[in-house]
This record gives sequence, C-alpha cells and structure tokens, in this order.
Amino acid sequence: MSSIKIICPNGHLGFAPLKPDSFLRGVEAGPDFIAADSGSDDIGPVPLGSDTSTSPEAWQRQDLEAMLLASRRIGVPMIIGSSGDTGTNSRVDRYVEIIREVAKKHGLAPFKLGYFYSEVDKERVRKAIGSDEPVLGLDGRDALDEAELDATDRIVAMAGVHPFRKLLEENCDVIIGGRSSDCAIFAAAALHRGASEADAYYLGKVLECASFCAEPYGAKETVLGAVNGSGVTVTAMHPDQRCTIASVAGHAMYERSNPYDEFVAGGRLDMRDCHYEQIDPRTTRVTGQRFEPAERVRVKLEGAGKVGERFVGIASVRDPYTIANIDKVIDWAKEQVVERFGASGYELYYNVFGKNGVMGDLETVKAPGHELCVVVQGVAGTTEMAEEVCMTGTRQMFYARLPEVKGTAGGVAFVLDEVLKASPAYRWTVNHTLAVDDPLELFPTHTVTIGA
Amino acid sequence: MKKLSDLAKTIRSKNAGVDKITFDIIFTDRDVYDQVRRSKAITPETVATLYGIEQSRIADFVEYDPACAIKFTLYRLRPSGSAGDSDIFGAQQYAPLLDIRIDI
Repeated sequence: MSSIKIICPNGHLGFAPLKPDSFLRGVEAGPDFIAADSGSDDIGPVPLGSDTSTSPEAWQRQDLEAMLLASRRIGVPMIIGSSGDTGTNSRVDRYVEIIREVAKKHGLAPFKLGYFYSEVDKERVRKAIGSDEPVLGLDGRDALDEAELDATDRIVAMAGVHPFRKLLEENCDVIIGGRSSDCAIFAAAALHRGASEADAYYLGKVLECASFCAEPYGAKETVLGAVNGSGVTVTAMHPDQRCTIASVAGHAMYERSNPYDEFVAGGRLDMRDCHYEQIDPRTTRVTGQRFEPAERVRVKLEGAGKVGERFVGIASVRDPYTIANIDKVIDWAKEQVVERFGASGYELYYNVFGKNGVMGDLETVKAPGHELCVVVQGVAGTTEMAEEVCMTGTRQMFYARLPEVKGTAGGVAFVLDEVLKASPAYRWTVNHTLAVDDPLELFPTHTVTIGA
Repeated sequence: MKKLSDLAKTIRSKNAGVDKITFDIIFTDRDVYDQVRRSKAITPETVATLYGIEQSRIADFVEYDPACAIKFTLYRLRPSGSAGDSDIFGAQQYAPLLDIRIDI
C-alpha cells in the first residue's frame, strides 16, 4: 500500500476562518485529499431545531473557496462533512450552491460534485420505536418514546464512512456531506485508498479538529495526517506548532467521555493499546490502534425540539444586603409571574453571575462577589407571552420587598429597561441510535457535474 | 503541598456530547503524574465531594497513561443549550480543580 496523505485546515469549518499560511504549506506538501468537518453539537440545539447556521455565511464561503481552489489546482478530492454546523438538508443545499458559485466566479474546469443528505423522517423513527429494535438512548437516556419524538422538530442521522465511500467510488472531485461522524470524513478517504480500518479511523480521529492535536495551542491551523502501512503519522503545518506525543495522545481524549473508544456507525475504534512515538520535531507516529466492526449497524440520531419563544432580561445588584438576599429577590419576581400567569405553561430561568452564574449547582465558592448580574430568560408559547414573562421576571426584581433594605427606590440596576428577543428555546430531544440493515439507508447520495 | 494548577499543564472542561461534560487534567512530567495519582487527591470520591454531587453523576473516571492525564466526565442535569444553561460548551466548569492541594 502506498502512503495516503490528508490535510485538515479547520476543525469546524465556518465557525472561525482557517489560517491561510499553514493551509498553503499543507497544500504544498502534496496531500491526496483536503478534508474538513463543518459541524458540531457543541453549539446547542437551536441551529438544528430552527434549521439555521450559527456560523456566518461569509466565513463558510471563505473556507470552502480556499479549499475548492486548492483541491482543483492540485487535482485531489475535497471532502466536507456536517455542512453548515448541523448537516441538515438545507445546509447541504447551501454548501452545494456555494461550491457552484465559487466555481463560476473562478471559471473552474468542470468537476464532479457528490453530496448526501442526513435528515431522517420522524415516521421512520416512529416505526422503530414500537419494533423489536427500539431507538436506544445514549449517555444514560431511556429509549426514545413517541412523546419525545412528537416534541422533536428535526432529526439528523450521523453518517459513518458509507456515503462518503460511495461518492468516492463514483469518482467525485468534491463531496458535500450531511451530518457525519467527524472521523468518518477522513477515514472514508483512507479506506478508499486501501488503508486498514484501524489506521483509517485513527487518522480521522486525530485530524478531525485540525491543529487541536498540536502544541502550542493555536486553533484553525492545518495539520497533515498520513497512513503509510506502519501506523498513522500526524504533522503540524504551522512552523511554530508541533505534533508531540503529549499533544496527540491528549487529543485522543478531547471532547469525549473516555479516551479509549470512538464509536461510529459500523464499529468501534479501540485506542487502548495505542503507542505514540516522536519521529521528527513536528511529527508523531501512532501504532497499536484496533477497529472492531459492529455486529449490527446502529446510527446515531440527533434531534431538537422547540420549547418556545424566548426573551432575555438583565438586572444587576450592588447593595450588599440585597446581594445576601438575592434568592428572596428572585423568589419575589417569580411569585409575580405566578400571580399573572399561574405556575405552569412557561419557563423562567435566572443565572446569577457573581454568585454561581457560570457553574450553577457545581459552584464551589459560596461567598458572592460585591456586585451581581442576573440574566433572566423567559420562555413561552407565544412571543407576546414570552416577552411579558421575561419582563415581569426581570422588572419585579426592582420592586422586591426586602424588610431591612436601606435603598427603597429600586432593588436592582438596569443597563437596559427592556427585555431582548433571543432565539427561540430548543432542547436536545434525541440523542439515540437507530438500527439499520443498510448503512446507506438514511443517507441518500446525489451527484452533479459543476461547470458543464 | 502544591496546587494542582502548579503541577498540571492543562486543566480543562468541555462537552462530551449533549448530555455530559468531560474534564481533562494533563501533565507533561510522568513522575509528577504518577505522584498525583498516588496521592489519591483526585479520585471519584474527591471529585464528587469537591463539586458537591453524588458519585452517580460521574459517568467515567480514567487515569490515561499514554497522555499522562486524569480524566472524568459528569452527567449534565439538563442537555447542553437548554434554556437556562449557563455554559453551552461546558468550557468553564474546571476552575475548582485549579486549587486542589496535592501532597507532593
């Protein structure tokens, strides 16, 4: 098997722009593929639920343009997974359109574009709920039931290597993917060129976040990963960054519950016996990884459901007596909301910064600071009600009745005497897996020639 | 006695999926890593006491030798990004670890 080289310029394309210098170095190193992931569930459930992107289109376009021009210039495939933060169908369509526009702008010679969708029809999931193979919960969740499914607005399935491999076999020059396992984007390319599953998936695992596997810390720089028959090597492309044993091994545990297992549709990458070796100042080699195919393919599903419209209010406190009694102030405001709207049918939250606003119940410091900032969130079924819930919950802090307070002209300070419309509130309703006979079932692929 | 922040190179927290937050304590010196492990200052018991939670909220606790790292993961009470969540990325939950005293 000959060596396979893949560069990754960005761990979440669009979320912040790639750095051009190390990307150029990566391109000059002669990769066989240029690939990046463009999504994450880190951004919360709002973008998936509301079918929006959290990344500005200008940044998405800038990175897609850089990658497309480089990949066409050196004649190697470009692969993107989890388009537009969430990998919904509208995000895939938007990326395909951006590729089309960039190709036209630069007068690129015709090339073949492949894309696939990841959205899952709720009725497909409903069928599984009552079947012999229920929709199993991840991370301690119960199996999915119909009530949670009904509360869900949109579901995407997490693709493994399968749709990417199909499109590579169809000789696509550019692949735009729906929601995908980060590592599958790269693993598919390596598998397509004959790498072992163990090396292919490890390569994907280490490349997925670009320079997060390098040190010193510096995001959005390009890294180059290679499989050459004796393990996986990873090299930092920024002249001041290095992929060290510590940085590469450390990255294996980033954003995951344990550092040993990476689950993908179709199997599990086992990193228990990985051996790390520094082979030059900027490169670490990894051997000893294993891949265990799954007996039954289960595909991860992500789903988000709307809770309601949302407004945000801000109130601050400087009086030490009021600070000491901030819970009573908040209770007073909550009571006024209950008097107006009853005890249910809306949600009202208080984050008290200066006390435990960042950590909530996990906060270990019990003494509050000398001033507090309270962020109030009101959520309800209609815009009007959400605004009034939030306004009542915020403004009534001003009128809280504390018996010993000296300042009787107003209990809190306002930077704005209004509440602000925020994105609607959503929640993660689905974090489950669905069994499939055909790993391509949930990921229909399409191809089109661009520039013809 | 030394503070953990003086011994570890990296102390961080971050989402591990939508229902959990994972914490990484990474050392550059294997001897220091081994001494911290042997001190038993960072165990499921001490972490639960520090954060004031039941041990059942700890989903995983791993001493990861290849990276000289101690890693544990907590279940969130509500999924990330739900209204009222104060840390959607889970990135600022590690501060109490900085001041852990290690007998070293």
